[in-house]
Amino acid sequence: MLKRFKKGGIHPNPMKLTAGRPILATEAPREVRLLLSQHIGAPAKSIVKPGDEVEAGQMVAEAGGFVSAPVHTPIAGKVKKIEQVRDAQGLWKEAILIEAAEPEEGARPERVDFDESHPLRSDEEIERLSGQEIIEIVGQAGIVGLGGAAFPTRVKLTIPQGKKADVFIINGAECEPYLTCDDALMRRYPREIVAGLRYLMKATSAPRALIGIEANKPEAIAALTDAVKDYPEIEVMPLRTAYPQGGEKQLIEALTGRVVPAGGLPIDAGAVVDNVATAFAVYRAVKFGEPLMKRVVTVTGMDVENGGNFIAANGMATDNLIELAGGLPENTGKVIGGGPMMGRAMSTVEAPLTKGSGGILIVPEKESERGAVSPCIRCCRCVSVCPMSLEPYLLQNLGQFGMAEEAREAGVLNCMECGCCSYICPANRPIVDYIRLSKLQIRKLPK
Amino acid sequence: MSYIVLSLAIVGGIGIVAALLLYFVAKRFNVVEDPRIAEVEAILPGANCGGCGLSGCAAFARACCTATSLDGLNCTGLGDKEMAQIAKIVGLAEGTRIRKVAVIRCNAACETRQLVNHFEGIRSCALEHSYYQGESACNFGCLGLGDCVAACPFDAMTFSESDKYPTVDIDKCTGCGKCLEACPRALPKMREVHPGKQLVYVNCSNRNKGPLAMKECEVSCIGCGLCKKKCPSEAITLESFLATIHGDKCISCLECVSVCPRKSIMAEDAPAPLK
Repeated sequence: MLKRFKKGGIHPNPMKLTAGRPILATEAPREVRLLLSQHIGAPAKSIVKPGDEVEAGQMVAEAGGFVSAPVHTPIAGKVKKIEQVRDAQGLWKEAILIEAAEPEEGARPERVDFDESHPLRSDEEIERLSGQEIIEIVGQAGIVGLGGAAFPTRVKLTIPQGKKADVFIINGAECEPYLTCDDALMRRYPREIVAGLRYLMKATSAPRALIGIEANKPEAIAALTDAVKDYPEIEVMPLRTAYPQGGEKQLIEALTGRVVPAGGLPIDAGAVVDNVATAFAVYRAVKFGEPLMKRVVTVTGMDVENGGNFIAANGMATDNLIELAGGLPENTGKVIGGGPMMGRAMSTVEAPLTKGSGGILIVPEKESERGAVSPCIRCCRCVSVCPMSLEPYLLQNLGQFGMAEEAREAGVLNCMECGCCSYICPANRPIVDYIRLSKLQIRKLPK
Repeated sequence: MSYIVLSLAIVGGIGIVAALLLYFVAKRFNVVEDPRIAEVEAILPGANCGGCGLSGCAAFARACCTATSLDGLNCTGLGDKEMAQIAKIVGLAEGTRIRKVAVIRCNAACETRQLVNHFEGIRSCALEHSYYQGESACNFGCLGLGDCVAACPFDAMTFSESDKYPTVDIDKCTGCGKCLEACPRALPKMREVHPGKQLVYVNCSNRNKGPLAMKECEVSCIGCGLCKKKCPSEAITLESFLATIHGDKCISCLECVSVCPRKSIMAEDAPAPLK
């Protein structure tokens, strides 16, 4: 019997249209706009000025605080200016605009790919690195959690005093429908992911590691099982398919049976969780000295011509990437950054890609409309699917009527907005909207 | 017969003991409250709006009765007549007070500001603001879902569905600041009212550079500074490409209104005194 998290969850249609499509290298963009704030925490601080020549992989902005990450340029060229650009939410954010030099006549265009020809460190050198040194490399490479939240990995690896990580968990669940970037990465680079995981285990001195993959990705499970066979301390665990299996707390529960206390962090349950793409980025940083400046992005959708998994440069305009997948279909209603469950509709497709963008989902007009809302009939299906054991029907009412204190008592702050309740609601109630509103109201309460 | 007497005696006895107990407790724990507090509170509007800076009307009444001077104690919901009454009750001279009214620093009805997308979520500005830029191209302007209208305790705001834009009835507005608290973009501004002068204000909050602001809206302030140059009383300051007119210095000569190339400075007649 395959494991899964115990409480709640839903089974949306997986719609993994691009599963099995290979990872494609792309042509290097002519210009990139590197947002200074691509991660959770303080924005990075620019260390270049207009007119500077930069090399590919050079750091152009340094971390702006402890919880922050530096930014590196994926292309060589000239810093044109530091300007305000609209991010995916349409808000004006500071970004560094870098333009590539004119290519020489007949020269082959630069490719964005994971080049493996020039390792920086040999395996023996890596063996000699201490955990602290690995954390430092990860921090300097600007690596953030690539599962979507973009939390600086260096901070996550720095285990607080008095706590101990006894298991390192790699998240290969990819429970969001449509997205296949992690699946593709696991199929093509299983050994590299395991190597990255071993560096991460060293950094956190975790003695044991688990890789959780949902059972609907048999090729990825086979590839990783083969890659870990020399390492008895690492185990690949297939999981029963359910959303939100890739939620940190759900994954820990599914793999270890431990429950992270309410309001706590995974380390409170002795675990550190990172995405497969993050482990791969750590491998690239330690082995090749390559900072995080490109990642695999899934471009998909029902009517997308050539959806697939592309290696995209950080700061590339989203519409250029969509062009590679055959362009925006005419009936497009919404373009969602991320998966359909937790992703956000983008307000402009000209927004540059960031470290956290793992998927671009193009939804046809008909599918993107919300259904008509009718009153709550207290069927409590939302309660039965809530993986955090909350009562969404109650929380939505508290949010609607501005009862912030009661909502806090009812545990609304434990909600991770996975959207199971809105998905299952037969009355189409915008439950997550009200819960978010409730959280905003709580922020206004006197401390 | 004796049962009747006995029961009367027992019940009567309990009654007398309880009455004595109540009497002594009332004596022992007696709180002397200023009777004027209730009188003052009866005059106050009872909206508990917090416009005076205190937690509610009862707190304001208590503050009035314990104060040595009424300066700085100002119920925004009352007219001068009622404030004079309060001054009489507490036996102090009337404090100086400046009336404030809310002006919304965005003039973007639908015809001047294009809507570039459609928001399907619940009707809450706070929520829309937390998600993204909003339905129009301007990141600073009114979101048009009426959180301020819902927050107004004095029924001084109305919402036009067709324009997706709220308006303030300045005759009813008390300047309590509830709308400012509710607006996630802090668009309402509490503007001082000076008798005999018009209310002149910049009707925009766009802090983007000129060219951007120009693209986003037809009536945006682009920070050109013409109004600042023209102003004879130095009442206008310019900060991050946005002009602000300070009511205390403004002489309402309306030079700025005529010089503004974007028509984003407004002048309104001063409101009628509160009844």
